Amino acid sequence: MTVVPATTKTLATVRPARRRLSVGWSVLWLNVLLTFIFLYAPIVVMSIFSFNASRQMQVWMGFTLDWYVRMVHDERVRIAAQNSLVIALVCMIVSTIIGTLTALALERTRFRVKRLYEGAMYLPIIVPEIVMAIALLVFFNLCFQWLDQLFGLRLNFGLGTITIAHIAFSFPFVAVVVRARLADFDRTLEQAAQDLGANDWQTFRYVTLPLLMPGIIAGALLAFTLSIDDFVITFFNAGVGSTTLPLEIYGRVRRGITPDVNALSTVMLLASMILVLGSLALQRRRST
Amino acid sequence: MAIVEQVRPSERGAGWLQRLSDAVRQRESLRALLLAGPGGLWLLVFFLLPITIVFAYSFARRGPYGAVDWSFTLENYVRFFDWLYIRVFLVSVWLALLTTVICLVIGYPFAFVIARSPRRWRNALLVLVLVPFWTNFLVRTYAIMLLLRADGLINNALQWLGIIERPLTMLFTPFAVVLGLVYGYLPFMILPIYASIEKFDFTLVEAAQDLGANTWHVFWNVLLPLTLPGVLAGSILVFIPSVGAFVTPDLLGGGKVVMIANLINQQFLTVRHWPFGSAISFVLMAIVLAATMLYFRLGETRRI
Repeated sequence: MTVVPATTKTLATVRPARRRLSVGWSVLWLNVLLTFIFLYAPIVVMSIFSFNASRQMQVWMGFTLDWYVRMVHDERVRIAAQNSLVIALVCMIVSTIIGTLTALALERTRFRVKRLYEGAMYLPIIVPEIVMAIALLVFFNLCFQWLDQLFGLRLNFGLGTITIAHIAFSFPFVAVVVRARLADFDRTLEQAAQDLGANDWQTFRYVTLPLLMPGIIAGALLAFTLSIDDFVITFFNAGVGSTTLPLEIYGRVRRGITPDVNALSTVMLLASMILVLGSLALQRRRST
Repeated sequence: MAIVEQVRPSERGAGWLQRLSDAVRQRESLRALLLAGPGGLWLLVFFLLPITIVFAYSFARRGPYGAVDWSFTLENYVRFFDWLYIRVFLVSVWLALLTTVICLVIGYPFAFVIARSPRRWRNALLVLVLVPFWTNFLVRTYAIMLLLRADGLINNALQWLGIIERPLTMLFTPFAVVLGLVYGYLPFMILPIYASIEKFDFTLVEAAQDLGANTWHVFWNVLLPLTLPGVLAGSILVFIPSVGAFVTPDLLGGGKVVMIANLINQQFLTVRHWPFGSAISFVLMAIVLAATMLYFRLGETRRI
């Protein structure tokens, strides 16, 4: 970025100033370049070394797919992946429903404790993850104790507790996303539908909901991603046999770094990139 | 609402379902209850109630076998004032502040370039910032760990170049933790600053230059004050998750750099002193609350 070509629409008055600043601009662009290297180098290096034939890390001994083959046949990885997917899907469905309802409540109705309700909705987003994690740990622990004492019901930490916890931190995010969509919503469309004889339900089903859909889909994908990526809250609320992918990776990293973690991490990396780019493409197509 | 709507209900049969739907249609309070109810209930039971229990625990005593003895005491909070724990507190706040400043120094010029680049590049550049950010935090922290190890790529490269003879100790140091935090939260700084620079009216720059201001003056007296909301928002968004970070100090600090979240983890899962762990959690909440209030206070004084 040195000199702006004369063909661009830049105002003539700005051009001399820019030319004088060209040294400054190269420093600025250098900063951008270095930042991108900083952002991408670690994950690129990790992905490259997942194809390394050597068991010893960081010394390149040739290309192999061994770690991936090993991963596919790894029973623990299979169970963790299955757990992660089940939790994320349930979390996505429930959070999307609750979050959308909450957004409608905040944007479309008036009630007495609304300010309080609204403030409380933002709390799970602000409160540090670790605090929410131990709060749920303490809560479930207490619940299980009482259920055991009162009804002799023996429950324990597992997929259920993880899913409930994930919904608790995901649905406020869905509400925020859907609410944003509701806020810049042309309400005359709904009035037009009603003038044409649609009842409240029909108006909602055939006008409001389709127009809200991009927001709802974005919220659903967000809930899915938040759930499948979560480590801290899952770590404190998991039980025996409810290991998720992040927990599996953490366990292996703590035991000592081996290349199979690279393969597993690279797959997770790729999966979330596809998910994000897919949702961006989806939003783009819908907005045009 | 059309007039038809108000006539219809009386004409219809009075099945209970019908009556319910009529009631929902006519009474806003009932509609609000049905819409706000599920979210409110979930939040109440699985968030507010647990947090309240933790608050109550923080005033309880530790019973035998890690159980909780419900007798009121302030000793958990008093205990925190031991230098051992105050040090953890100070280290956490210091590392989080350092992370925020580094993110600001890198992020502001970065956001500026994106906001001033041709419109068709902007979205692509923003997506490039966001893609690594959207990938799993644990995986990214692990990736940093690989680079910083004694036999990692950086040490190997430096040794190969003959700059160093023995590998540098980078992993399990405060440096590694701050690097990990900056790596994790930099986009939180870039995005709000980008948003406020993009809205900034650059004819003001020309006006200032016409009046004889140099580049530094333009930046310090015009651009920075007017994009301060973005700077403040970015700073709070980086500071809050940094001060409560658990994974980064756990993996990159390796027990040598202990932050508040690690202390909470230790009290809950290793030492099993839940009341003390609860008290530390509320100290962390207090820091976050203080930071948030400071943010709103600064935002208000700016507006006037």
